[in-house]
Amino acid sequence: MSSRRSRSRQSAPTMISDDQINDLVSKLHQLLPEMRNRCSDKVSAARVLQETCSYIRSLHREVEDLSERLSELLDNTDSTQASIIRSLLMQ
Amino acid sequence: MLNPLTSNTERMTTARDSSLRRRKRKKMQRQSESAEMIETDKKLCKNDYQITQWKSEAQQRVYSSKLLQALRQIRFRNAQNSGAGTIRETADRVLAVTAKGRTRWSRAILTNKLKLKFMKLNRKQRGLIATSRMKKPKMKLNMNMNMKKKNLPEVQRKTRVLGGLVPGCQKQRLPVVLEEATSYIPALEMQVKAMAALVELLSGGSSSGTGDLSQLNFSRPPPWL
Repeated sequence: MSSRRSRSRQSAPTMISDDQINDLVSKLHQLLPEMRNRCSDKVSAARVLQETCSYIRSLHREVEDLSERLSELLDNTDSTQASIIRSLLMQ
Repeated sequence: MLNPLTSNTERMTTARDSSLRRRKRKKMQRQSESAEMIETDKKLCKNDYQITQWKSEAQQRVYSSKLLQALRQIRFRNAQNSGAGTIRETADRVLAVTAKGRTRWSRAILTNKLKLKFMKLNRKQRGLIATSRMKKPKMKLNMNMNMKKKNLPEVQRKTRVLGGLVPGCQKQRLPVVLEEATSYIPALEMQVKAMAALVELLSGGSSSGTGDLSQLNFSRPPPWL
């Protein structure tokens, strides 16, 4: 599949073999949380990509949610407590 | 090297303790696994090293201390302006700095700020340059799709979507996107953990009074600074 592509399309330094792609896909597959428990042997690239997309989206949502809470916390702390936190952080 | 880490974990807040122990066990398991992989494949060993790097506690401490410094600067500069968006940007930037620019997504995050600044100054010129640059990769993708119609569109679609999610990977080929995602995901996980710990720290401190904050033992400077 990619050999045909590489011969006609890609330049020399950027040739990627099927094995390397499969390697990368399986590595990504191991990182995903749902796949870890099942430890399935067959890894379809499309499935892995799909799970990766949804996982990254959920992580982004968590980060946004946490940053909202952080901004609220940083705004709402009392002036006395904020100064205490500041003095602790500055050490 | 593990000893100072264990003694430090005892002094941290109780909110972090159990999660740290869990992470340590996981990290040691993953380290043994990834050590084998490094021996076999040289090209991918750089990625493995990065993955274990992200999962280490030292990396998380580096990130959290830098995040605190950055947040402090924001508070001092504009006391009223810090919304959730700016905090998100700061967190991402600190994450990219912690990556030390070794990955494509970290470089993209760091250069994004500069790009926005320039775009405000010369919008017309930037638009022309961007469109002329886009033409090359478009032609490549079209020829690929003509070659094999069955599998390519589906994987291509998903690659594009994933490329849109990971910063700096828009319209990249599949192996590049896969590699970037493999280093981006553990970094994001660490970011979530660090921010959650920070939120718990701040919310725990504000609800239970000022006495608890003194237990944090921030007076001793962290060993990596």
